[in-house]
Amino acid sequence: MQVGLTVNGRPVSVEVEPRTLLVHLIRENLHLTGTHVGCETSYCGACTVLVDGTTIKSCTMLAVQAEGAEITTIEGLADDGQLHPVQEGFWERHGLQCGFCTPGMIMSAVGLLADNPDPSEDEIRHGIDGNLCRCTGYHNIVRAIEYAAAKMRGDTPAPAEWEEVPA
Amino acid sequence: MTTTRLFGKAIKRKEDPALIAGTGRYVEDVRLPGELSAIFVRSPYARAGVNSIDTSAALEMPGVHAVYTIEDVRHLGSLLAQVPVGTLKPLLADGQIRHVGEAVAMVVGDDKYLARDAADAVEVDYDPMDAAVDLEDAATDRITVHDASNVIHTWEAGDSDGCAEAFGRDDVVVVERKMVNQRLIPVPIEPRAVLAEWNPGYGTVNLWSTTQIPHALAGAIATTFGLDANDVRVIAPEVGGGFGCKLNVYPDEILCTFASKMLGSPVRWTETRREAAVSTIQGRGWVATAKIAATREGDIVAYELAGLADMGAYSQNFTIAIPVLGQFTAPGQYDIPNVHFKIDCVYTNTPPTDAYRGAGRPEAAYYLERSVDALAADLDMDPAELRRRNYVKPEDFPFTTKVGMVMDSGQYAATLDRLLEMADVQGLRAEQTEAREKGRYLGIGLTTYVENCGLAPSAMFEGGFSWAGYGLPSAFNESATVRANPDGSVTVVTGTGPTGQGHETTWAQIASDTLGVPFDRVKVRHGDTHDSPMGIGTFGSRSAAVGGPAVARAAGRVQEKAARIAAHMLEAAAEDIRFEDGKAFVAGSPEQSVDWDNLVATAYQQYQLPEGLEAGLEDVAFFDPTNATWPYGAHMAVVEVDPETGDVELLRYLAVDDCGTVINPMIVAGQVQGGIAQGIGQAMFEEAVYDEQGSLLTSSLADYPIPTAADMPSFEMDMTVTPTDANPLGVKGIGEAGTIGSAQTIVAAVLDALRPLGVETIDMPLRPKRVWQAIQDVGQGGEG
Repeated sequence: MQVGLTVNGRPVSVEVEPRTLLVHLIRENLHLTGTHVGCETSYCGACTVLVDGTTIKSCTMLAVQAEGAEITTIEGLADDGQLHPVQEGFWERHGLQCGFCTPGMIMSAVGLLADNPDPSEDEIRHGIDGNLCRCTGYHNIVRAIEYAAAKMRGDTPAPAEWEEVPA
Repeated sequence: MTTTRLFGKAIKRKEDPALIAGTGRYVEDVRLPGELSAIFVRSPYARAGVNSIDTSAALEMPGVHAVYTIEDVRHLGSLLAQVPVGTLKPLLADGQIRHVGEAVAMVVGDDKYLARDAADAVEVDYDPMDAAVDLEDAATDRITVHDASNVIHTWEAGDSDGCAEAFGRDDVVVVERKMVNQRLIPVPIEPRAVLAEWNPGYGTVNLWSTTQIPHALAGAIATTFGLDANDVRVIAPEVGGGFGCKLNVYPDEILCTFASKMLGSPVRWTETRREAAVSTIQGRGWVATAKIAATREGDIVAYELAGLADMGAYSQNFTIAIPVLGQFTAPGQYDIPNVHFKIDCVYTNTPPTDAYRGAGRPEAAYYLERSVDALAADLDMDPAELRRRNYVKPEDFPFTTKVGMVMDSGQYAATLDRLLEMADVQGLRAEQTEAREKGRYLGIGLTTYVENCGLAPSAMFEGGFSWAGYGLPSAFNESATVRANPDGSVTVVTGTGPTGQGHETTWAQIASDTLGVPFDRVKVRHGDTHDSPMGIGTFGSRSAAVGGPAVARAAGRVQEKAARIAAHMLEAAAEDIRFEDGKAFVAGSPEQSVDWDNLVATAYQQYQLPEGLEAGLEDVAFFDPTNATWPYGAHMAVVEVDPETGDVELLRYLAVDDCGTVINPMIVAGQVQGGIAQGIGQAMFEEAVYDEQGSLLTSSLADYPIPTAADMPSFEMDMTVTPTDANPLGVKGIGEAGTIGSAQTIVAAVLDALRPLGVETIDMPLRPKRVWQAIQDVGQGGEG
C-alpha cells in the first residue's frame, strides 16, 4: 500500500505492507534511526514520536494509520542546528547515559511541555511515566525537563547539582 | 575551554550531542547491503524431548533462505564460556529442551516479517516432561536437568566450626533468617542485537554486537570457527545499556556468523522484548539462610550465610562464578571474628543466570544487612550504632577479611555520619512517631554496604576465571592507546566497552589534563577490536579503576616523549617542560613555549628530532592493579505503607557513597542514581516468576514492571572520598554501588514501618499484595 505523510516537514510517499508498523516505516524506509524500538508493545516508549503534535508510540501504530499525518521525530527537533531546549536540557543536566531511551524520552518531554509549560516535579514524573529508562533512575531526566521548561518560559534554569564548568 | 585540571570536574559528556540528536549508531542502525534477518523457533516447554523438527513448509516459503537445526551446527561444538564448569549450552537444542525459550531452529529470510512467518511454519514435535523449577526442589535432584546432580559446584570460605562454636555461646543473641533474593530480568532498554558479515574473499568476519566484551566475543568467534584473531573484527557501536546481561557470548552471535558464512550474505538478529526474557541471561535467584550472633553489648561474633544459587539450565559466560563475588563481600564492612559462607550452585530448568548489576554482591549485602537489622531489633539497639560499633576502623586498612580478601581503604563511620547528618534522623523519628499516632505507618531504613570491584588483579582470577575458554590469555588488565595525530588532535583508543558510562568523556579528561590539549580536541574510540589493544571489557565496575589508569599511563608516556621534543625545540631540559592550554612551556618561564600543534607536527618529522628519538607520537599501555577496589556507602529510605492495601510509597531516598577519587562528579552521581533505581526495582517491583512447569509468567514489561519516573523520588546524595592505593588514580569504581546498597534499604524501611504490626520479615518484591499478606499473616491487620 502507498502511504503519504509529512515527516519532519518533508512530504514523503512510501510503499509498505499493510502490517508495517509506523516505527519500521520511519526507521527502515525513511532511514531515520533516531527513533528506537525497545519493546514493540508500547510499554517502554523508546519509539515515541509526535503525530500531529501528539506523542504516539510508533511501535503500536500501523504505518497506514499515519496517512496524511504530520510526524516529528527526534531528527526533526533541532532548528537549523540549534538544539531544542529539551535536547539542551538533557545534555546540560546529564539526562542520559546509554542514550537508547533518550529520543523517545525527549519527544515525550516535548509533548508534555507543549501541554503544560510549567509542570511540577510530580507532573513531570507522571508525564513521562510511559517512557522507561534503565540507566538514570530518572533523577537527572526530571532536572533536564525542568531546565527545558524554564528556558522555554524565558526563565533562568535552576543551577546544576554540581559545580558547572564554563564552556 | 581551558585544559587545566579537568580531572574531578563535572564536564558535560562528549557522547551526548549524537545521542540527543538521534544520530547515535546502535547495532540496529547499521545496515549492510543484502542483509538477511534471522528469527529463532523457541521451545514453549521448560523440559522436553525433541522428537522431530519439520522445516519443509518453512523452507518452501518465498524469501526464506535457510532453516538451521542442531544437525547443521553440531560440528561447531557448544557455546564457549569464560568459566567452563558444568554443562555448556548447545548452540541449538540437541534433542533435549532444558529451559523455556531454548532455541530449536533458526530461520533466515529476506526480512524479519517473512522470517517470522516461516518460523511459525516450523513444526516441532516435543515430548514435554516435568521440570526442575523450584530451586530447593532442584537441589534434591528429584528431577535432574542434565545427567548428573543439579548441584554443580559449591563455593565455601571461612570457618564453619568457629561459627558453630560462637552460635553456641550462652552470652550471645543469635538471629537466623531464611530469605529469598529473587530472580531478576536485566531489561536494558536496547534489546540485544547482532549483525554478522562473513566475507569469503577476505576470509574475515565482521560482527556488530551489543556486547560489553568485544575482545572476548572476538576470541569466541575465532575459536569456534578456527580463525585467527586478526580475521575477526567485533564492533560494539553505541550499546543501549548492559547491566551485565551483555557480558556474555550468546548462541545467536555464533549462529548469525555461521549463517552468514553459509549464505554469503550478512545476517541480522534482534531479540524482541518478550524473547529477551528467555534468550538473555537473568540475575540473582538465591535462597539462603543467614545467621548472625552478637553479644548483648552489640559486638558481632559470628556470621554465616548458607544456601542455594540458581544457575538456570546451563553454564554461560560467568554463571558458576557469580556467587563467589558474594563470598568476597560476605562480611561487609564489619570486623567479625567468625565468618562462614557456603553457596551451592544449582541447575534448574530455567534460562541461565549470570552477571546482573552487582552480581553476587547485592545478594551478599542483602543477607548481611537484613541480618544486622534483625539483630539490632533483637538487641533493641539503634541500627546505626550497631553498625558503627562493628565497622573495620580506618586505621585497620589494609584489612584482611575472614574470607581471605584484602580490603583497601574506608572511613565507614564518617560516611555513615554524613548520611545521618543529611537525613536529620531525630527529626525523622519524631515525624514517624507523630504519624503513627495518626494511624500512618512511616518507615525509616538505614543500611551500609561495601563492594568488591574494579575486577582485577589478573592473578586473583587466574585459573578458574580465566578467559581460556575463548582462546584468550588469563588476564584482567585493561589497555589504552593514546595517539597525537599529525594535526595535534588526540585519539584515545580504549579496550573498555562502555554501555552508557561516559568513557568518551572521562578518558578524554585524563588525556586532556596530561597533555595540556583542549578537551574538544580529544576523541575516544572504543568497542572495535580492530582499533583497540586487547581489553577485557566493561563490567564489575572496573573501567575507571583498571581502564582509567591505562589511559593515564599511555598519555603519560606520550607526554614524556613530547617533553623531550619540546626540550629540543626550546633548548631546555625535558624535566622542566610543562603542558597546559595547548602549549608546552618551560616551568617558571611560560614565555618559552611551543604550540602543541607545532610540537606534534615536529614529532612526525624525523629529521627535526634529536638523535635517538623516533618519529611519531603515540603509545600503548596496559594496566593491572595490585588489588580489587572496595567502594562503600550508607543509604537511607523513608517510606509510607498503607496497611489497608499494602501499598508502599517511597518518600525519600538518601545516599552517601565513597568511590575513592572522583574523575567526573556528574557522571558518578548518575551512576549512583541509576544503580539505586535498579535496587529499588528489585525491592519493590521486579521478579521473574515461573509456573511449576517452568513457563515464564513475566516475559513482558506489563508483567515485569521496572521502575518508572513516577515510582521514584529525587535522590538526596553526597560523597565522601577515600582513595584506594590499588591504582595511581585512587579511583574505586561506581557502576554497581547504588544497586548493591539499595534493595535492603527499602526492605529495612518497610519492615520499620510494619514493626508496630508485628511483621518481622518479608521477601522481595514488596508489591502491595505481598505486603498486605505479611500484615494478615501476623494476624493483626492494623494497630488500634
